Amino acid sequence: MGEHGNGDPQSDAVIRAGDGKSSGHAIDNPGLPPHRPRLADVDEKAAKRAERQVSALFLISIIGTVMFFVGYFVVGVTAGDLEMLRLQNTLLGLGVAFAMLGIGLGVVQWARALMPDHEVIEDRKPLRKEEDRAEAAATVNEIVDETQIKRRPLLRNTLIGAALLAPLPAVVVLRDLDRSEDFGVERMRHTIWEEGVRLVRDPTGTPIRAADLTVGSVVHVVPETLREISGHGERLAAKAKSVVLLIRMQPDELAPATGERENWTHEGIIACSKVCTHVGCPVALYERHTHHLLCPCHQSTFDAAQQFKVIFGPAGRPLPQLPITVDDEGFLVARSDFTEPVGPTYWERG
Amino acid sequence: MSTQSLEPKYTEAQYSEVDQYQPATRTGRISNYVDQRVGGTGLVREFGRKVFPDHWTFMFGEVALYSFLITVVSGAFLTFWFDPSMASTQYDGSYAPMQGVEMSMAYATALELSFDVRGGLFMRQLHHWGALMFVMAMAVHMLRVFFTGAFRKPRELNWVVGCALLVAGLGAGFTGYSLPDEVLSGNGLRIIDGMLKAIPMVGTYISFFLFGGEFPGDEVIPRLYSLHIFVIPAVILILIAVHLFMVVVHKHTQYPGPGRTERNVVGYPIGPVYAAKAGGFLFVVFGVLALLAGLFQINALWNYGPYDPSPVQAGTQPDWYIGWFDGVLRLMPGYIGDIPLEFVLPTPWGGNSVALPVLIPMIPITVLLLGLFVWPFLEAWITGDKKEHHVLDRPRNAPGRTAFGMAMMVWYFVMWGAASSDLMATHFSLSLNDVIIWLRVLFFLGPILAFIITKRICLALQRKDREIVLHGNEAGVIEMLPHGEFREKHNRVNDYELFTLVAYESPEVTPARPNAKGKVSLLEKSRAGLNRVFFEDRVAPVSREEYLEALSHDHHESSAALPAAASAQLESSKH
Repeated sequence: MGEHGNGDPQSDAVIRAGDGKSSGHAIDNPGLPPHRPRLADVDEKAAKRAERQVSALFLISIIGTVMFFVGYFVVGVTAGDLEMLRLQNTLLGLGVAFAMLGIGLGVVQWARALMPDHEVIEDRKPLRKEEDRAEAAATVNEIVDETQIKRRPLLRNTLIGAALLAPLPAVVVLRDLDRSEDFGVERMRHTIWEEGVRLVRDPTGTPIRAADLTVGSVVHVVPETLREISGHGERLAAKAKSVVLLIRMQPDELAPATGERENWTHEGIIACSKVCTHVGCPVALYERHTHHLLCPCHQSTFDAAQQFKVIFGPAGRPLPQLPITVDDEGFLVARSDFTEPVGPTYWERG
Repeated sequence: MSTQSLEPKYTEAQYSEVDQYQPATRTGRISNYVDQRVGGTGLVREFGRKVFPDHWTFMFGEVALYSFLITVVSGAFLTFWFDPSMASTQYDGSYAPMQGVEMSMAYATALELSFDVRGGLFMRQLHHWGALMFVMAMAVHMLRVFFTGAFRKPRELNWVVGCALLVAGLGAGFTGYSLPDEVLSGNGLRIIDGMLKAIPMVGTYISFFLFGGEFPGDEVIPRLYSLHIFVIPAVILILIAVHLFMVVVHKHTQYPGPGRTERNVVGYPIGPVYAAKAGGFLFVVFGVLALLAGLFQINALWNYGPYDPSPVQAGTQPDWYIGWFDGVLRLMPGYIGDIPLEFVLPTPWGGNSVALPVLIPMIPITVLLLGLFVWPFLEAWITGDKKEHHVLDRPRNAPGRTAFGMAMMVWYFVMWGAASSDLMATHFSLSLNDVIIWLRVLFFLGPILAFIITKRICLALQRKDREIVLHGNEAGVIEMLPHGEFREKHNRVNDYELFTLVAYESPEVTPARPNAKGKVSLLEKSRAGLNRVFFEDRVAPVSREEYLEALSHDHHESSAALPAAASAQLESSKH
């Protein structure tokens, strides 16, 4: 280790390091501080102690590995026994942790206490020599010349043209990432709600009689036709657009609706899309006294009494309202589909 | 072209000497075998004793590397059981509450891994903790590199590679988070879908192509799986290789101190000390992650249930590195007063919707991420510094950069903290709306305050350094002088400590300069303006004159022993 410098301020290493004068600092670079020997360097007893510490750590590692096997083979987890599973997981974790920390800390302690701790000075090489750069530039020029690309612009231009076009298939081939038959933005305007479709509880599928709904209650509902959709993916996609919240309050609490919305409620029962107009989370929290609906994802707050107007948070639009009425048997049904696309805003929504 | 001469460049003996060597020792035999085939001993000669500077802050990059390796290995284990299919199945595994529930194969096999594969839960938790640690270590490593100026020439490109690694790490984390297909990650995907759709012109179609139709469909999980276990890890591995290669090319930076210069590296040789410490550290990182995975439950996905568009849990939190994306969405108001920020742009075909409440939050995200990539070039442009730097800055000695970095950190943490606005409200019994409103205020004021305060702290620390150089440390001992004056005794620091305090560069303001046409361009004016913000109130290091002046003052006043080198310097300056 002595070949570079031994940390003695009087040695030649320091003279090389000292550039204080040229840099104009208050004092010259004094070089490496003198090396202070560790206890283990001067006292063989201390070195022995360090050796025992390191091997103790290695022994802990062995115990850790054994602990892992105990956790794996001895702890029997019968089906669904969460307590035993927790115990097993803890033993596996502690076992691996001891096995690894024993080796890791042991080796680090070995390096710190016993391996040489003289700091060494090494010169940095210049990143490159100017001669190399010039030679490389000449080589590149030579290669370019040999291709004759500069003399033959026809070659160059047709190559550029071909190279610009050639990657396009790699993009186009991704077109079939969406193979749906109804591809396009039009499908986002419709849900499976339509006139006369009953509102049923999710997930039981029971229809709801208007008379059974008490004031202040809120129900998660889906269209009765949802269960008829066979494919898992299709059903989820249909549900993602058609989930609805059904709320009943005193009819006089509802702000009076005008125009087409006049008939969208039934005796204080009002329905809205459960999909937040911000980025699409289910608006799941309802506060009965204030009629406020809160989206737990980003805290958009809507007022159910005022046609789901936004009163706080990042949503930029009210929740779409589902027009409802009752059928001959007194069950709640939709009057029509939503009159606007549900869910987060998209460019083509208009 | 000249004719090629047949005059050989190397002698025959040089070719054959490798075959004639008769190994006598074991090391000789092994090195001989390798050398005759790949000439590998040159590498050992080159790297075996290469010097590597040692400092505890240099280990964050290692933590990141090791966490990544552990995540890859534990992830490979998970792939043996996990089936990333969205096909529906009835759960019949050993977790009773879910038996008979219809769910995707992805969720069912994630449950199988947790309950029916021995060690599966441990590996899943190790994988998750490892991923969190990977991104965390990268972030802390980048902060170290930023605040010490290690990204400066010649390391700007390696900083860019590091930024790309961070982005790839975020991508790896997000795609993995979504795979188990339960309610929590499904709602995460739902938010991504909403953000994608807000992108003008192409957003809706990006969403269609990602989900294979309308959200959620039954294609997205296998697609994310391909990205998660193949594409992104491959990118990360390549970037790591480039990153480490450049570290070897540049050699590591070092902190300023006695013996250290721009032209040398001071530290421990790779073999044995550095290799032992770094190698041991791999096991330590593994051990710590195993401890976390064994003792601390993470992502208890059996509690959430299979993904369904209707339910959602209140008070859920994304993985920490996704938090700032979520938080900034919460901060943005949808309306200002009664005016909606979302509007319809009139077009001949009926109008297009512009979802500003979702688009505006993407601005700070883009600014921060892009800003990371370009910072080395921006700083070099502001300071006009074109020199190579291998000795690091102490953060206080670059007050402009340190203050700017802290401002950006505060900005980031406001967004990050906003992702827990609901938990802050419930834990501290505050109004949810008030929490958001205060965070909005902090979003704008926080960075400005952080800049001013940090800069003042840096300048004060620099002044304190000057005090120590000129007058020494306060000894805590009060002396009474013969004429009755009381004063505190000061102990001068030795030259080794002194050098660290005085040897730093402190550039002065470079005012705007006219270009070749004699005009001062707007760009140059703004550069000069930023340069002034960086350097106008600089605290210069103690100069040689000031130091000698202080020494001679001391010398006259008391006969206290000066450091040997200092009094020698004083003597020589008198002649």
